[in-house]
Amino acid sequence: MKNPTVVSKSLRVQQWREFWFYFSASKTAVAGLIFLIGVVLMALFADVISPHEPAEQYRQFAKVPPAWKDGGQIQFLLGTDYAGRDMWSRIIHGSRLSLLAGCVVVVLSLSIGVLLGLVAGYRGGWLDSLIMRVMDTIMAVPGLLMALVFVAILGPGLLNAMVAIAITYTPSFVRLTRASTLTELNRDYVTASKMAGARPMRLMFISILPNCMAPLIVQGTLSFSTAILDTAALGFLGMGAQAPMPEWGTLIAENRDLMLSAPWTVTFPGIAILLAVLAINLVGDGLRDALDPKLKRS
Amino acid sequence: MIQPIVKARDLQKHYPVKSGFLKPSQNLRALAGVSFDLYAGQTLAVVGESGCGKSTLARLLAMIEEPTSGRLSIDGVDLTEVNNKSLSKGLRQKVQMVFQDPFGSLNPRHKIGDILQEPLVINTGLNASERRQKALEMMSLVGLREEHFQRYPHMFSGGQRQRIAIARALILKPKVVVLDEPVSALDVSIQAQVINLLIELQQELSLAYVFISHDLSVVRHIADEVLVMYLGRPVEHSSKEVLFSNPQHPYTQALLSATPQVATQRDRQRIKLKGEMPSPIDPPSGCVFNPRCQYANQDCLTTPPVMELYNESRVACWALKQRRIGDEKLAN
Repeated sequence: MKNPTVVSKSLRVQQWREFWFYFSASKTAVAGLIFLIGVVLMALFADVISPHEPAEQYRQFAKVPPAWKDGGQIQFLLGTDYAGRDMWSRIIHGSRLSLLAGCVVVVLSLSIGVLLGLVAGYRGGWLDSLIMRVMDTIMAVPGLLMALVFVAILGPGLLNAMVAIAITYTPSFVRLTRASTLTELNRDYVTASKMAGARPMRLMFISILPNCMAPLIVQGTLSFSTAILDTAALGFLGMGAQAPMPEWGTLIAENRDLMLSAPWTVTFPGIAILLAVLAINLVGDGLRDALDPKLKRS
Repeated sequence: MIQPIVKARDLQKHYPVKSGFLKPSQNLRALAGVSFDLYAGQTLAVVGESGCGKSTLARLLAMIEEPTSGRLSIDGVDLTEVNNKSLSKGLRQKVQMVFQDPFGSLNPRHKIGDILQEPLVINTGLNASERRQKALEMMSLVGLREEHFQRYPHMFSGGQRQRIAIARALILKPKVVVLDEPVSALDVSIQAQVINLLIELQQELSLAYVFISHDLSVVRHIADEVLVMYLGRPVEHSSKEVLFSNPQHPYTQALLSATPQVATQRDRQRIKLKGEMPSPIDPPSGCVFNPRCQYANQDCLTTPPVMELYNESRVACWALKQRRIGDEKLAN
């Protein structure tokens, strides 16, 4: 007889293999994943990689073009901004803020959304109506506008921007969770748990929730990229991360006046946002293909 | 005198159905008065075509839903008088259920060990190793091997899953097991295995079974008593031997004649029922079977019949009471 723990370990390995088989079928998803891992490493080792301090102002080197252009200097790879700060170092450090924003927004909106969605779907009745109407109201206002309103109330700043964006993302998680909860609720295994005497908390979090996870993971990944985008947008509008912080959107905002005279100061942060969002979206699509049983080929 | 484990008296279950905007909601009478006694070690089979209220009866007995009216007592305790919290937890453990679809009744994200231990976690104060021990005992009782403990439901066949479901139902040592078409989703060869397992377990643990089925050949194998239902009402209730050898109610006769049989010795007259089962929202007046019954007369159209004893069977039928068909049958 095999040892049961060995069996379960090989089982997990087998599940991962299966997942990887479907995920790696999409080359773009794998490319996105590799780039994303690169960004994460960049954020983790920002202090080691970046050639300069992000806030260090080399006054004599203001508006130096990228290294490969005329007048460019090898020590400032992507050039410098109006105050002589190294763009490459600022973008590297900015990846920390963007990833942080993505994580915080997804964790906040996911946890609140899952909680409300489970309660709405499980309890039903007036509580369901109340929660869903509030969510409909939030959804009725364009996301960025809603976030702007919240930031106006809470005051500008990176943390408040993240909270505001999280609020605007919550409804999609609530709806997803509620929909899956409603389908799972009528399954026999839930009835069986009920018959064993399981209480609502156990039913919601131990019986039902694990079966709702696949769409939530996909939605979470896709929200991660839009959260980065929206944080940058709020930063650009001056409502998110404030000036000295090297947040990508804020970088574009503070160099807005140089758009024509020193285009590299806005181009590279823009490209950073573009690539990061693209990579995460590709990974999200790959995840959806791998996790959705309806798309699986046998 | 032995007390019955389950005592049902005139159980009814109605569901309100919305018929449209601003219209009053109508009553769907899924179950319209069912009574029976069930003793330990006995099997009551409930048969009838789909929509006759079999599964509603199962859900009432399993305490998933509450009856609209009528009395139901389990092991001498009247459920309608019990206040919900205190006693019902102990009562709940006495009745467990096995579902029809073994693919839907096991949580796909939980391991078999966790599925079997869940009732113990909720209802007992056993520690992890004691629970594991009990779950393993139960697994060997239903013929599963120890290494299945760590596997997920999708790695099992239908028959194995139904064994897991049976093990889960039995782990709290219930007195009554409600089996809602437990074998109808399985291959015929597996059906026999599961049925034989159920019979063995019944003898070993002196369980009372309520066996819901539409498959009369399975019922013939496992039942002690049979309750035939039509449109939420019982039409015939008798012992298995009597029911299969000498069915009384015209509906039972039609049902039995529809069972496929291999190599019949004599040519059987197949009774073909015309039409569909009427809607339980708007049942026919009188005997609900009258639109499809070849013996229906004026009384059948106006007054509902009551269950009475004819030839060792309890039957609700005007034609029998008025000796319009009973004598003809005796003459044969």
